[in-house]
Amino acid sequence: MKALRSVWKQSLIEYAGLLAVLVMLVLIFGIRSDRFIQVSTFVSIANQIPALIFVSVGMTWVLIIGGIDLSVGSMLALGSAVVGFMMVDHGFSMWLALAACLLVTSLCGFCNGVISFGLGIPSFIVTLGMLEIVRGLTKLVTNSQTKFIGSRVEPFGEPLAWIQLSPAFLAAFFVVMFSQWVLTHTVFGRYCIAIGTNREAVRMSGVRSAPYSISVFVISGFLCGLAGLAHVSRLSSSDPNAGVGMELLAIAACVIGGTSLMGGRGSVICTFLGVLIIAVLQSGLAQLGVTDANKQIITGAVIILAVSFDVLRSKWVRNGPFDET
Amino acid sequence: MVEAMDAAENVLSVSSLTKRYASTVLDRCDFAVRSGEIHALLGANGAGKSTLCKIIAGLVPATSGSMSIQGVAYTPNTKQQAETRGVQIVQQELELIPTLSVAENVFFGIMPSTLGVIRRRTLFDRARDALDRVGLHDVRVDVPVGSLGIGRQQMVEIAKALNRDCKLLILDEPTAALSAAETETLFHWLRRLRNAGVGMIYISHRLKEVAEISDRVTVLRDGRQITTVDTPKLSTEKMVELMSGESATRQTDQYRSYATTQPALRVHGLSSASVKDISLTVYRGERLGIAGLVGSGRTELLRAIFGADQCYRGHLFLPPSEATIRFRHPSQAVAAGMAMVTEDRKSNGLLMTQSVRNNTTLNSLWQQFSNLGILHHTKESSVVNAMCASMDTRCNSIEDDVATLSGGNQQKVAVSKWLVRDSSLLLFDEPTRGIDVAARRRIYEVLESLAKAQKAMMIVSSDLDELLQICDRIAVMSAGRLVEVFDRETWSDDAIMRAAFAGDPGALNSSERHRM
Repeated sequence: MKALRSVWKQSLIEYAGLLAVLVMLVLIFGIRSDRFIQVSTFVSIANQIPALIFVSVGMTWVLIIGGIDLSVGSMLALGSAVVGFMMVDHGFSMWLALAACLLVTSLCGFCNGVISFGLGIPSFIVTLGMLEIVRGLTKLVTNSQTKFIGSRVEPFGEPLAWIQLSPAFLAAFFVVMFSQWVLTHTVFGRYCIAIGTNREAVRMSGVRSAPYSISVFVISGFLCGLAGLAHVSRLSSSDPNAGVGMELLAIAACVIGGTSLMGGRGSVICTFLGVLIIAVLQSGLAQLGVTDANKQIITGAVIILAVSFDVLRSKWVRNGPFDET
Repeated sequence: MVEAMDAAENVLSVSSLTKRYASTVLDRCDFAVRSGEIHALLGANGAGKSTLCKIIAGLVPATSGSMSIQGVAYTPNTKQQAETRGVQIVQQELELIPTLSVAENVFFGIMPSTLGVIRRRTLFDRARDALDRVGLHDVRVDVPVGSLGIGRQQMVEIAKALNRDCKLLILDEPTAALSAAETETLFHWLRRLRNAGVGMIYISHRLKEVAEISDRVTVLRDGRQITTVDTPKLSTEKMVELMSGESATRQTDQYRSYATTQPALRVHGLSSASVKDISLTVYRGERLGIAGLVGSGRTELLRAIFGADQCYRGHLFLPPSEATIRFRHPSQAVAAGMAMVTEDRKSNGLLMTQSVRNNTTLNSLWQQFSNLGILHHTKESSVVNAMCASMDTRCNSIEDDVATLSGGNQQKVAVSKWLVRDSSLLLFDEPTRGIDVAARRRIYEVLESLAKAQKAMMIVSSDLDELLQICDRIAVMSAGRLVEVFDRETWSDDAIMRAAFAGDPGALNSSERHRM
């Protein structure tokens, strides 16, 4: 309980910059559109983003150890394809389908990790290859066709009456909080940060980094499986083209949250706020009726602005705002 | 009238220079370098030497105060501006680009070119001249700098500085990575530069060198200039006293042996890519020094024992066990009770951007600071705080990044993490490189208390005086082989140096050429 309180306190102090950006966005959209600041808007945003939250949390872990995972979008699609394959083609129950989905995507993550760290190939390249391979597998499993699954998978994505939030969002929120706790309060989290900071120093301290690094890729795969399920339950069908370009959105959420692409620094809660910023922005722009082209331009600009803002803020915290160097 | 005289004679004068970050690191410092003078700058780590030099070299701006070069006001904003005024700096951290060739590094930024295309022939010819001028006859100009040993790289960096317009040369710990022969060559060239009228600022923690090479000494303490004196008027004891502000009398270390006859480690015919057929025994409570030239395989010997480099022949025994062992990963060595404090803190010793806390407990998290993988933060804090107190590690809090600490305090953290782990055989690689007198004394005390606790130690150092002072025996490496092991009855400077050159006729020749 004490641990949870300290996580909250940290998030309030350290993450003030991100919260400010988020509040600013909400206020801007609130002024421009009188329908924006309503419970229903936020509820619909919350129920759209679980898949991106799962994927981004996994991405945060991978970035922290100094890797990158470009195959997340494909793994999400494969996960949802497996769910469709098991439930529609073979009539298994949802739980069995979920287990198979998580197993398959975790296995993909395991391959990513073993090839990257076993053979010493940069994870950028390995996961770029896996992006293609897994997408191809997805098309094999689904015959390149969207498969309607129906109401059996919908409860996971449907808002619960008493809080208006879906089980998928609650699960994603739990994953965020639990991950943050693991990152700051366990040996595993500490070693992941250490490995991302300086792998060689960790080795010379007598710690094997491979088990941690590979586990992190498995975690990323596992979370992509959950994201696949969230995706399926929201659309009631599995789509072989799901999650295309998701890796970039997830990386954007991480860097907005201040995770370093060089490894060794990151926070899951910050990533969560990054996802919220992206989601608020997209749904706000949609409500204002902004065209797709302008939406992309504005999203890109906000990513850069948010990161610049964070860089400046941390510089001020370190040196004071008027440092001359 | 007197001032006018000074201005003509001084290549650089600095008056009431001050630098403030969060705290004042340099406080109204007055300082002058004459042309044709080697001016040593002494002070403990954090005394402000490096800051002063960085301001002079245009790397950081001063908060207040003024500088002049040959009487003309001088306010460099960048390193380039400083260079155009004839101020060159050779920093402790080498600034060469490892993948570029020696020639390209020496001429970096001033490469001879036609319409942006480098004239390679001219470049190589000029670089050859520049290297010959500092006695680097045997270094090829077309090989990548990264392929040279660290001592050679240091000399290339000096050649690079001398190759430009140079009125004032700043040398920050230039001999830290040099062997005795290389140091001697360097001094030879520094003296020639002095005769040519170049003013030099020389920073070193090796007081013997300061006494040998410098004309005047300025001592800094806590950012203030304590005194400037002619070097011959200052004994090394007096230097230490001025730097630390304490009387030197209680610093004379009394050597005592704690060595036993119980072996802690036996190495049998160990060979790796860089060391050949090493056999030796280390006893409990013993401090075994490893001497040798740079590149003789001292570091590689420690790495081979520790499992950091692959060994293809030979094995270890860890008595009383009779089992033969060869470690394939440092984790196995650590599990067997070994520890290794590495030479290069930045690249493989510490997590520079992590806190003192995270570094100190890095290798004992599972064993001491967790339960079922959940960290025990309060226990961790108390152990790390206690360790900082006992090592006298100066930091605002244990949450500070180690990168913000001075070199000596970083080294204390690097040693602390193995003390927390409580190892029985400790390998130290250059444990006192680039750290100040006070930190060095603290490290020696740690080594002694470890010996008292019957731990076995192997200590690699380029500073032979250091090994002679603290070790029970000294093993000498040469060209990847263990040549000879001396004990206190049989060793002498001379015998050890001869052994160091024994296996490497090339090194002997080049050192003779240097002397001529």
